[in-house]
Amino acid sequence: MRITVRFFALIRDRAGVPQTDLVLEPGTAVAGAVKIIGERFPDLAPLLPRIGYAVNQAYVDRTTVLRDGDELALIPPVSGG
Amino acid sequence: MNMDASHDQILLTPDPLELAAAVARVTDASAGGIAVFLGITRSENNVDGQSLLTLDYDVHPEMARAQLADLARHARDRWHISRLAILHRTGCVAVGEPSVLIAVSTPHRAEAFEACKWLIDTLKAEAAIWKKEIWADGTSTWVHPNL
Repeated sequence: MRITVRFFALIRDRAGVPQTDLVLEPGTAVAGAVKIIGERFPDLAPLLPRIGYAVNQAYVDRTTVLRDGDELALIPPVSGG
Repeated sequence: MNMDASHDQILLTPDPLELAAAVARVTDASAGGIAVFLGITRSENNVDGQSLLTLDYDVHPEMARAQLADLARHARDRWHISRLAILHRTGCVAVGEPSVLIAVSTPHRAEAFEACKWLIDTLKAEAAIWKKEIWADGTSTWVHPNL
């Protein structure tokens, strides 16, 4: 299955791209995708344990199982307003 | 509670926020009070003595918009709201300009103040919006509390 990963703010600057696609084994959870992201983008690795995650625009925890076509957004601490 | 949200305004925009237009938008015959909060880019100096020129806002557009609509729904569940508007800038907002505008009209003033305060506090804590500080020497700093 394939998911889209979106980066924002400092995370996007460190990744160097706004988004990327990942091909994952069916049944992969957010934690599994995060591990692959850390391997593909080593500059992000130290930040990944300290940020939030959203699947299809809703916050999730890392045990959430991903499905084909999902959007996984990496959400560093917010600072709107 | 008043569930007629059809006139609510939820907007992420690169354009300047218009106070008079937002007030007009929430003005309603049923409402005896309107509370407005404007968040303004504040003049700052960093540890190197550089002055702040502008904030540059990044957003997850679909997620932030859905979150702001959710905030509006929750506020309507909690208070008697006639109309409300939640507007947030994207991109660059210079020192002295508003980056966020919340306007709430209610039959009586107490609920307008309470709802407006809850909306800005919760927006700041939860919405997928980030600011980058751009300093006079051209350097910049993302604001990510506790990262």
